[in-house]
Amino acid sequence: MQKTLTTTALGLLAVLGLSGAATADIVLGASVSATGPAAFLGDPEAKTLEMMVEALNAKGGINGEQVKLVLYDDGGDPNKARTFATRLVEDDEAVAIIGGSTTGTSMSILDVTEDAEVPFISLAGAIDIIDPVKPYTFKTPHTDRMACQKIFEDMQKRGFTKIGMISGTDGFGASMQAQCKAVAGDHGIEIVADETYDPKDADMTAQLTKIKNAEGVQAVLNPGFGQGPSIVTRNFRQLAIDLPLYQSHGVASDGFIELAGADAAEGVRLPGTALLVADLLPEGDPQKPVVTAYKTEFEAKTGTSVGTFGGYAHDAFLILTDAITRAGSAEPAAIRDAIEQTKGLAGTTGIYTFSPEDHLGLDLSAFRMLEIKGGTWTLVE
Amino acid sequence: MRLTPKAATLLVLALLVALTPFFFPSGYYYRVGALLFVNGIAVTGIVILTGYAGQISLGHAGFSGIGAYACALAPTHLGLHPALAIVLGAALSAVLAYLVGRPILRLKGYYLGVATLGFGILVSMVLNNERDLTNGPDGIDVPDLGLRALLETWGLDLTNGQFWYFFCGLSLILGAWLALNLYDSPTGRALRALHGSEVAARTVGVDVARLKLQAFVISAVYASVAGSLLALQNKFITPDVAGFMHSIEMVTMAVLGGVGSVLGAILGAGILTLLPQVLTVFAEYEQMVLGLVMVLVMIFLREGLLPSIFKAIRGKGE
Repeated sequence: MQKTLTTTALGLLAVLGLSGAATADIVLGASVSATGPAAFLGDPEAKTLEMMVEALNAKGGINGEQVKLVLYDDGGDPNKARTFATRLVEDDEAVAIIGGSTTGTSMSILDVTEDAEVPFISLAGAIDIIDPVKPYTFKTPHTDRMACQKIFEDMQKRGFTKIGMISGTDGFGASMQAQCKAVAGDHGIEIVADETYDPKDADMTAQLTKIKNAEGVQAVLNPGFGQGPSIVTRNFRQLAIDLPLYQSHGVASDGFIELAGADAAEGVRLPGTALLVADLLPEGDPQKPVVTAYKTEFEAKTGTSVGTFGGYAHDAFLILTDAITRAGSAEPAAIRDAIEQTKGLAGTTGIYTFSPEDHLGLDLSAFRMLEIKGGTWTLVE
Repeated sequence: MRLTPKAATLLVLALLVALTPFFFPSGYYYRVGALLFVNGIAVTGIVILTGYAGQISLGHAGFSGIGAYACALAPTHLGLHPALAIVLGAALSAVLAYLVGRPILRLKGYYLGVATLGFGILVSMVLNNERDLTNGPDGIDVPDLGLRALLETWGLDLTNGQFWYFFCGLSLILGAWLALNLYDSPTGRALRALHGSEVAARTVGVDVARLKLQAFVISAVYASVAGSLLALQNKFITPDVAGFMHSIEMVTMAVLGGVGSVLGAILGAGILTLLPQVLTVFAEYEQMVLGLVMVLVMIFLREGLLPSIFKAIRGKGE
């Protein structure tokens, strides 16, 4: 028993003694959801960040200083994310923080970083993160609203005015459903059927039959991510619905084609980033070099194919290193100012130009309309 | 002079809250401390329900969810001050616990576990799906308590982390004091009698149904206050707070430290709050380590860590 007491005491001492190991290097912090329900976001993000820090240090770091990355796994829990953000700011003395794979974790982190006046680049989609603009908060992924606008633009070009929607009830699906409904009118599009499914459902034929029977429906849009959209795509073909199907940027990865099957996914359109079609980009496209380099490195290092989410982390790291280099200083306030002055920086997601009023830095051109043909991605012009 | 167990427990807690900050190398430790105290409050409620009265609940995070969302919603929709929202959340939790508890506390063992589990899942589903009110799984902002600013005008300037550390610490001491008083009261004795044997308690005139309900309502209030404090210090809350895993966590903390003793349960809360912070390097194995600790405690220290330690010390002294 004495032993138990000693062990407990030692454990407590170890906790109390875990002080920040900050050295003269530049310390960057990150809290992503590498495990848990949002692991499909956080896992590639964590791998990307580790890979990029290694590569950067091998090249001599930033302005001659080595970079130390302190990476925590918040498991998608906002409460943990807040604790880790506090730890990064107070204990590890990070000069900037990347992270928040989900909207919930990002919102938790930004309260800490705004308070401590440390720049924070979020990897989550919701517009609430940067609207209204907060001085120290930036983000790299485009918003759901932009995805909706891109899809509706394409529908307009094809002359569709009446569409059906089938959305997941998870955070992503529901948020995008709301955003799409809000902007549909601007593009002269009427939503004549609006169905939802639980992300864990194994069959969506009932909802799709309802959409099929809706009057005058010309196309179907499916905001959602994970396995739901693959099932929707399969059911869509099984019911022989002869309408164009649009998916969201949430499933813009090769995994989606595998899961839905190349036959069922044939002709599906979705807004994706340049990363997915790296080989198809014309020479001279400003994103081509950065996209190709990231794709080659990531695939060589991890053996898995690149996805949009890892790209968000890539861009966040790129923006930070670019800002620190230009600022010539690793003071949080100087980094913040430099990020805000970023102009025409080509990342994997798009070309970033920040301003005091715009902390997202992307416009609709960041999205490419993609179509699946013969089991692979093609660009729609 | 010999301290009563009650005074000893409160003294240990007070010293812990007051003295550990001297050893904090940075502000981050205040945050971990505050989280520990919030979990301690919730777990004290579990001690009353499971340790005193011998009933089990696998849905207590539901009450934490109600407390947390009361603080997020009442100030904006009803214009209540956040401090009053804590009270409102607690009252709401008590009423719900009363209504839900009346039928389900007739159940025993597994059935009671499953019924409470269902309640917790229901709350979590409502928070996830009532998007217009709760903003769904993305979470919702919680207004500032405003007490820190008030203290500042009185010349007491605390950082955010320090404020919540001491506020939650004092709340925990208050909660523990109430729970310990209950233990020694006639109600507490009746609860323990019912824990020992329901039939025997009934034959000596204990109103078993009413007492079980009382314990359930009181522990729901503890969970609700813990949820409120978490929401207010995070200033942002998602439905995770009402999630199934959170319910399990509460029970695990209490059982690990010793569900029969307030101090033991708080020790359990402490270990399970600190462990993930120490184990960040192997975050992937965190669940495995927790599971292992739990299994070992259940096999070798069946009453929980602290009671077993005390027993061993006493055994040696004789």
